[in-house]
Amino acid sequence: MSLLKFLGLSNRKSAQIARERLQIVVSHQRMEGGDVEFLPKMRNELITVISKYIKIDKDQINVQLLRNGSCSVLELNITLPTPQEQVAKETT
Amino acid sequence: MTKLESKIIVVTSGKGGVGKTTSSAAIGAELALRGHKTVVVDFDIGLRNLDLIMGCERRVIYDFVNVIQGDANLSQTLIKDKRIENLYVLPASQTRDKDALTTEGVEQVLNDLRKEFAFIICDSPAGIERGALMALYFADEAVIVTNPEVSSVRDSDRIIGVLNSRSRKAEQNGELKKHLLITRYMLNRVQRGEMLSIEDVQDILAIPLLGVIPESPSVLNASNNGIPITLDANSDAKRAYQHAVSELLGEKTGALNNKGWTKIFGGLRIFNRSPA
Ligand SMILES: Nc1ncnc2c1ncn2[C@@H]1O[C@H](COP(=O)(O)OP(=O)(O)O)[C@@H](O)[C@H]1O
Ligand SMILES: [Mg+2]
Repeated sequence: MSLLKFLGLSNRKSAQIARERLQIVVSHQRMEGGDVEFLPKMRNELITVISKYIKIDKDQINVQLLRNGSCSVLELNITLPTPQEQVAKETT
Repeated sequence: MTKLESKIIVVTSGKGGVGKTTSSAAIGAELALRGHKTVVVDFDIGLRNLDLIMGCERRVIYDFVNVIQGDANLSQTLIKDKRIENLYVLPASQTRDKDALTTEGVEQVLNDLRKEFAFIICDSPAGIERGALMALYFADEAVIVTNPEVSSVRDSDRIIGVLNSRSRKAEQNGELKKHLLITRYMLNRVQRGEMLSIEDVQDILAIPLLGVIPESPSVLNASNNGIPITLDANSDAKRAYQHAVSELLGEKTGALNNKGWTKIFGGLRIFNRSPA
């Protein structure tokens, strides 16, 4: 038995891993699902607008719809490239 | 004309095998025990099971599809429970397919049931196809049955999306009341971090909690005997369903926070405390 298992740490992780995986899969599902049809389209338009100003990879933009009781929260996460990455990209 | 204020409640989940039929039978029987005239309707066309769980499989003559197609009327088709007053079953067809459930046909049957019953419990099939959509379309409220397990939670979230967009209430910009019923919960595994907790599931699905049903050997036992768990001998699962029904009826049981449920599973017998 590993030390982690002995301490009950690896077990504690499985419910936590489940929770984290679910949060991601559910937020994607809510965008694709019938209840908010415009979201994928909006995501693409946001990417177009943002990349007009910032050099950025498509997958660095993360749009999530989070249900929060009776209201929904639209969360927009953009990971900006570090200056080095930007230089590297421009030279390739 | 509607005689009483009746409620159509769909018991749904997306995923199969999570406890919809068990819960439909348990909730229906408990409502009847408390004096509410209740019918449990099996929407699982082609795979009927409710009759077995309710112990009336040998008394099925006509079925839901026969009524829709005019081959039989409701009073010939409804099966009255032999054990208690106020409890009826509308069995599904075993031979037809789910296309036999037309929107107009289902609406007509439900309207007729509304004249007779205070509660109409719709036991949904799994999936998000015709049978499941018909079971939820006319509902006033929904009980979403979820196991603390990734695929069940994901499918429940999916079905909540469907309830929010494709039920008649949603189409009319109304609010379909949703209740979360967590079933097959194992407190010891949750405490060891091996199973999603009540809070985890609630956090993700973000709908109000109706109840938590523990994983219990008495459920299989009751189904072997064709007895809804709430009509069977006292058990943890029976008490949990009784509590859920109190909540459904809007009685404040005071158990529906996580502390309360932990107490229940901790054996403090808060179930036996009468509601304040
Ligand atoms: N709380 C529980 N504890 C133990 N077994 C359960 C519990 N709830 C349901 N089951 C079992 O799970 C299986 C599926 O239940 P069922 O109600 O038929 O699910 P569904 O209608 O969602 O397909 C059955 O064998 C049933 O006995
Ligand atoms: Mg079933």
